[in-house]
Amino acid sequence: MASPIEQFQIKPIIPIHVGDVDISFTNSSLYMVLTVVVATVFLTAAMSKRALIPGRLQSLAEITFEFVANTLRDNAGSGSQKYFPFIFSLFMFVLLGNLLGLTPYAFTYTSHIIVTGGLAIVVFLGVTVIGFVKHGAGYLRMFFPHGAPVVAAPLLVPIELVSYLSRPFSLSVRLAANMTVGHIMLKVVAGFVAGMGLLGFIPFAGVVGVTFLEFGIACLQAYIFTVLSCIYLHDALHLH
Amino acid sequence: MPHFDVTSFPSQLFWLAASFIALYVLMSKVALPRIGDILAERQRRISDDLDMAERLKAETEAAIATYEKALAEARAAAQAEIARALEANAAEAAARHAEMDAILAAKIADSEARIHAARRQALAEVNGIAADVAAAIVERVADVKADADAVSPVVAAIAKERGL
Repeated sequence: MASPIEQFQIKPIIPIHVGDVDISFTNSSLYMVLTVVVATVFLTAAMSKRALIPGRLQSLAEITFEFVANTLRDNAGSGSQKYFPFIFSLFMFVLLGNLLGLTPYAFTYTSHIIVTGGLAIVVFLGVTVIGFVKHGAGYLRMFFPHGAPVVAAPLLVPIELVSYLSRPFSLSVRLAANMTVGHIMLKVVAGFVAGMGLLGFIPFAGVVGVTFLEFGIACLQAYIFTVLSCIYLHDALHLH
Repeated sequence: MPHFDVTSFPSQLFWLAASFIALYVLMSKVALPRIGDILAERQRRISDDLDMAERLKAETEAAIATYEKALAEARAAAQAEIARALEANAAEAAARHAEMDAILAAKIADSEARIHAARRQALAEVNGIAADVAAAIVERVADVKADADAVSPVVAAIAKERGL
């Protein structure tokens, strides 16, 4: 039986080397490109009729749009509207990465810490730059809660600083760990199906249940990633 | 675990950047404006329709107000007309009543005058008859031929004395 870890193996499809750097087109890259294609084709095809009264597909596209728009507006507040394309792309990239990864034999790039970390670093750096551009040195007030006694500063400032710097780690580890664990669990439980012979229907029912659970988690984790990015953006735009 | 295979990191980061930038460009330039346009168009249509409904409602209310005002005016005018007609009728009736009263009073007075005249005449004739009767009684009782001219003044005097 294949190891449950094997599904996370990066396999080059088209080897590309630029100088000493290996930037081969891998199974991970394939699913990233697939995500871009699926997102673009889905949204443009859904909106091709531009119907005033939407059909099913168009409704789905509109609901996705409004869901992300509402999430951004509710969590990031005023002035966040110009970051909507980025937040929407982030949501789609994570959501489709999670969902496409659930199809059998697929590769889940959101299970790799380097990918989620890359996204989280972009969010972290972007939010920090926005904060300093908008508030200048005043953005440093982030590290001292408003109304706290000045005496508490030596204690509070390091705590706030650590909590601020840990944002990209919690953001990326949460997503990658959830995806990795879910897929390992599916693989392990599925491994029992053949092994238990006629009683295999028990783990099979378990796999079916876990698959449903994983679909829920795929959507939920994409939402959490987006919502937290929106909240960080809110801090940058409006401070605490 | 393959997750920590550092040799795969450059490729993963490169393709992450490439595909995410591609997704961002496609979303912000192609997909999102279309959806946004449709949603804005729908919102505009809905608010237009609501505005139209609001305007039509206001127009209806204005029409109802005009109608009710006209109705009230017509009712007031009719009431005034009725009152005026009633007043005119009453005045006319009173005039006719007075006229009739006058005519009746004149007729009564006339009739009374005629009755008086007839009575006076009858009384005058009674005196003559009484004189004739007296002369006849005298002739029968005393066997005297009484002169009518002599009897009548006496009868008249007696009648006067009795207040006839």
